[in-house]
Amino acid sequence: MLAAATLPPTVATALSVRLLESMVRIRFVEEAIARHYAGQQMRCPVHLSIGQEAAAAGVCAALRADDLAMSGHRSHAHYLAKGGDLPAMIAELYGKATGCCQGRGGSMHLVDLAAGFVGAVPIVGSTIPIATGLAFADRQLKRDRVTVAFLGEAATEEGVFHESANFASLHALPLVFVCENNLYSVYSPMHVRQPAHREVWQLAAGHGIAAHQGDGNDPLAVHELMHAAVAHARAGRGPVFLELKTYRWREHCGPGFDNHIGYRTEAEYLAWRERDPIARFEHRLQQSGEFDELRHAQFKDAVEAEIAAAFAAAQLAPFPAGTSLLHHVYAES
Amino acid sequence: MKSSARELTYAEAIRDAFAVALERDPRVLLLGLGVPDPKGFFGTTLGLQKQFGADRVMDMPCAENGMTGVMLGAALNGLRPVINHQRLDFALLAMDPMCTQAAKWHYMFGGAMKMPVVFRMIIGRGWGQGPQHSQCLHSWFAHIPGLKVVMPTTPHDAKGLLLAAIEDDNPVVFIEHRWLHHLKGEVPAGHYTVPIGPARRARAGRDVTIVAFSYMVLEALEAAEKLAEDGIDAEVIDVRSLRPLDQSLLLASLRKTGRLVVADTGHSTAGMAAEILAIAGESAFGSLRAAPRRVCFPDCPTPTSPSLSAEYYPRAGHIVAAVRATLQRPPNDDDLLVPAGAELDKPNPAFTGPF
Ligand SMILES: Cc1ncc(C[n+]2csc(CCOP(=O)(O)OP(=O)(O)O)c2C)c(N)n1
Ligand SMILES: [Mg+2]
Repeated sequence: MLAAATLPPTVATALSVRLLESMVRIRFVEEAIARHYAGQQMRCPVHLSIGQEAAAAGVCAALRADDLAMSGHRSHAHYLAKGGDLPAMIAELYGKATGCCQGRGGSMHLVDLAAGFVGAVPIVGSTIPIATGLAFADRQLKRDRVTVAFLGEAATEEGVFHESANFASLHALPLVFVCENNLYSVYSPMHVRQPAHREVWQLAAGHGIAAHQGDGNDPLAVHELMHAAVAHARAGRGPVFLELKTYRWREHCGPGFDNHIGYRTEAEYLAWRERDPIARFEHRLQQSGEFDELRHAQFKDAVEAEIAAAFAAAQLAPFPAGTSLLHHVYAES
Repeated sequence: MKSSARELTYAEAIRDAFAVALERDPRVLLLGLGVPDPKGFFGTTLGLQKQFGADRVMDMPCAENGMTGVMLGAALNGLRPVINHQRLDFALLAMDPMCTQAAKWHYMFGGAMKMPVVFRMIIGRGWGQGPQHSQCLHSWFAHIPGLKVVMPTTPHDAKGLLLAAIEDDNPVVFIEHRWLHHLKGEVPAGHYTVPIGPARRARAGRDVTIVAFSYMVLEALEAAEKLAEDGIDAEVIDVRSLRPLDQSLLLASLRKTGRLVVADTGHSTAGMAAEILAIAGESAFGSLRAAPRRVCFPDCPTPTSPSLSAEYYPRAGHIVAAVRATLQRPPNDDDLLVPAGAELDKPNPAFTGPF
């Protein structure tokens, strides 16, 4: 295994910069979504990952471009980190014909096959068995790809998680379950859903799956865990489960903050903000002398320009034609 | 109990029914993802946990299939659970316990046990609900012997049918359309039930019978107003109970009008509207003076883009057009116009997203 810590310094630096930039780009995109949402032109629910960027960035940086990923309702970060097309995502949020689902899906349904992002859907847990099936087919067809199933901790409560984990373990599938444990399912805290004396990763361990827990707000730590997991899965040694502890900053669904409505405390939120994956990592790179101020400023400008262009294009793009309503119900064979 | 009526929204009426049921019967239990949440499950459970305790108004793990089965056991063993789903689509994870277990329990054990459980589901629509948050699959449940299926339209019926569902000794599927939640109407205080079965005549008329389900009753009433401007007198029937289905009101209406348009919130193929047409064909064939019509969703999943709302969701205008056809009146292109400024993907004018 090549963990970042053991890489030669220049490679490690390149990785750190890549992780930071990946996180910043995700944050800027989602902040732009939050800003534009009030314009009432993105007429779909949006589940933002602000505060959770390190998981997506660290995981996807350990994947090959041809590896596959699937996700759930909170998928913008995963899609972007995997290399999903930004303009197609923003256009999809605007319901436009140029969107990644041609306006059929909206924020909760993202896809970019060219980037290996096979799909995200908002029925909790539903992509877990499908991702397991992707890995199964790769194994059957003797491809050396790895599949990632992104899930929230609530998805481990669904039966399909366990049915999939059992099968993946049974067949030693090249699959990594990446579970972002952000402590909540909508407004429901862990203690009304799972026993306090059992950690989430232990569920996977019970299925005979190699399972680890890590700091989901530390992109290097995530990358290190994922790097090892991918090597394990690709070598045919079976699936891996990673539980990444993190926290969503904004409301479950929508652009705002909702700490005042009573299901969690402002103090808890502030404590997690202290652990901002981006500020913390930036600070760390500054300390270690790996941070290039000028380069980062230029990167931020470039990303802002890229995002502005994606929104402008999405706003100008045509809506799907009414006559296309019945297209794609069945595949033409 | 003396009943005095007051204006409540549909969501408040649901909450009121829960409060009455929890108060009257200690066996009643509410369970579901977010049931005690600060937004009160679209306002339908606000304050109930505080009032009745966390062991009777419960959140649950994200495990629809397993938890539904667990509640069947609880129902067999002395409780009267209501399982709540914020979207009908989430309840589909529990098709086995609902349709293959609960629906058959009384029958297959020769009447030895009763299954007093309510499966409550909300149908979404518009604002990005899209392919996986707006399925209207009431017809699936209505297909299953052993289940009862209700879809109330008014606040009054929402409360009365919910209480009837909770008090019924059989599994009842209780389906609410999200776009009815803000609707206001007279709701008596205290306990009352609306029996499961009878349909409701929402408007009396002579020329045509419009049979509608759930939210489409509102569109049908609007259609009837428009038709009245053209001198057409439409009768509107709110089915409200899909199983058992009230044939007598439907047939009496058809014998009077001889014309039938059915407006459903779901797909037409193999759906409830087809069932109504079948009843008309089997039992009122001689009374029909024109081919009946269906106004339903197009045969494709729900697209998310707001631009396709006008194409996708049938409105009052579609019902008006169908009625004209049954009366052999010339079509009027204006029927399907979307009024300027109308936002067809919003449940009410105050809605600004996100959910
Ligand atoms: C089967 C199903 N049940 C319920 C829901 C409603 N729902 C949407 S997101 C969500 C929370 C899931 O929590 P988690 O998996 O931890 O992901 P997070 O939102 O925290 O990222 C729920 C319950 C759903 N979409 N699908
Ligand atoms: Mg969560």
